[in-house]
Amino acid sequence: MDSAALLLPQLFNGLSVASLYLLAAVGLALSFGLMRVINMAHGEMLMLGGYLAWLTLMVVPGGFGIIAALPVAFLGTAAIGALVHMGLIRRLADRPLDTLLATWGLSLILQQAARDLFGPIGVEVRAPDWLSGSFTLAGVVIPSARLLIIVMTILVLGGIAALLDRTRVGLDIRAVNQDRMMASATGINVRAVELIVFCVGSGVAGVAGVLLALLGPVTPNAGQVYIVPAFLVVVMGGLGSLTGTSVAALILGLFTALAQIFVDVSIAQMLMLVLVILFLQVRPQGVVAVRSRALDV
Amino acid sequence: MSGDLLSLDGVSSGYGQSRILWDVDFALPRGKATALIGRNGVGKTTLLSTIMGLRPALTGRILFDGKDITRLSTHQRARAGIAIVPQGRHVFPFLTVEENLLSGLAARRDGKKAIPDFIFDLFPKLAQIRHRKGGLLSGGEQQQLAIGRALAGDPRLLLLDEPTEGIQPNVVAQIEAALRHVRTEMGMTILVVEQYLDFAWRLADLYSAMQGGRIVRQGDTSSETADAVAHLVHI
Ligand SMILES: Nc1ncnc2c1ncn2[C@@H]1O[C@H](COP(=O)(O)OP(=O)(O)OP(=O)(O)O)[C@@H](O)[C@H]1O
Ligand SMILES: [Mg+2]
Repeated sequence: MDSAALLLPQLFNGLSVASLYLLAAVGLALSFGLMRVINMAHGEMLMLGGYLAWLTLMVVPGGFGIIAALPVAFLGTAAIGALVHMGLIRRLADRPLDTLLATWGLSLILQQAARDLFGPIGVEVRAPDWLSGSFTLAGVVIPSARLLIIVMTILVLGGIAALLDRTRVGLDIRAVNQDRMMASATGINVRAVELIVFCVGSGVAGVAGVLLALLGPVTPNAGQVYIVPAFLVVVMGGLGSLTGTSVAALILGLFTALAQIFVDVSIAQMLMLVLVILFLQVRPQGVVAVRSRALDV
Repeated sequence: MSGDLLSLDGVSSGYGQSRILWDVDFALPRGKATALIGRNGVGKTTLLSTIMGLRPALTGRILFDGKDITRLSTHQRARAGIAIVPQGRHVFPFLTVEENLLSGLAARRDGKKAIPDFIFDLFPKLAQIRHRKGGLLSGGEQQQLAIGRALAGDPRLLLLDEPTEGIQPNVVAQIEAALRHVRTEMGMTILVVEQYLDFAWRLADLYSAMQGGRIVRQGDTSSETADAVAHLVHI
């Protein structure tokens, strides 16, 4: 068989997997970078995003329901993120182990709630006609849904970079990240900034959930599949750096996709873990060494 | 309303089990500059942190402009009109000079979105290096930036913790001129922690001396010489 014919589509596949890893990891990286908080229920934001897409499609049928689902899922999961932050994360500030356990518990509760509400086998979000096909570019067959995933990821990342770089809130976020005490002394409401960051991270995971729904059914444990690679991406990226997170997502996404040419999915996932461990042996600080909570762009 | 902009009434503070400030009674008259002096480790920085809300007061009350601010958080105190130039300066290392100054606007009540021109008039150097990252500046430049950032919030009370520490004389002179300007032209009330008594005496109207977490002596810098209190600062 022609190896290029096998490699190129799989490379493209890898890019879309990397995109999903990245969207799932961004929220984890942001909240770890800013608050040193690990939210074990972050995967459930993806799952909720998927169900919100399904609900949106019931209200807005037709070709562009899926586009409408993106802001709905963003806002819906951001709102739930706000509740999680105010009800749990903020109350457990400076108690990392308790935060870990409480958010893990929340993750189980959310999965069970989804099971009770929508059934154990999950629901199907049917991609509209304009997304279910594929087209050929330079001899490579490109599925439209996967192209949408990549485009959306670029847009979301550009949006976050612009938020951090060009807005007042972004300036506040960077100031809090660099020197929390001094930021509060200049009049910045640190808790409000943390809340905003947590909401944005949750919202982005919700968007990832919509895109994920284009590739497979939305199940109560849909988030679990992507959250483990997302954690690996954050660790490999350097714990909180967006550049590092993006590079790590790219490496791991391409790696799993290419590994799947030769081995099955579960072996590929295991190899990914081995890769991350080896990488951290060589470069323990991650792709980008984060300088004292420096959440760079 | 009294002539005091800030007053502390029996304030204690500390870290964990160790108490550092003991029943401090202390007041800052409106529009005056007060120098806070004392040896290393007597609690000067702790007192400033407690006023700013960076450390909680364990006992007592803090009144600012007649209002009880003891339970307000740090950013609320900043927005009420208290600004700090902390020991070690604490400029945001990965923000540019301009962004550092913009961050100070968060405390303003008038919603102004631009850095006031007078800050660049006081510290022309900041205009020249406005696109440089805070962490790359020299100590003197960082000190000017930290003062500029505090002034950007249009405070009524300016707290400064050893602003001349490790700064060369020509920059010290600039800092002195700037502080004199904001006090006389803008009516700002100033509390400055200072080991360098000549500087403190040139700038301040009043002094307060600390020992062992208490205010032990207060007076007028015009009626007492720095030499008379030097033993409270130097061993
Ligand atoms: N974060 C902290 N944790 C525990 N103890 C502290 C802390 N910061 C200061 N202290 C202690 O509190 C006491 C007062 O410290 P503080 O910094 O207020 O002194 P200072 O008068 O500002 O001294 P200096 O002139 O050296 O700046 C010291 O004994 C110091 O060791
Ligand atoms: Mg001190």
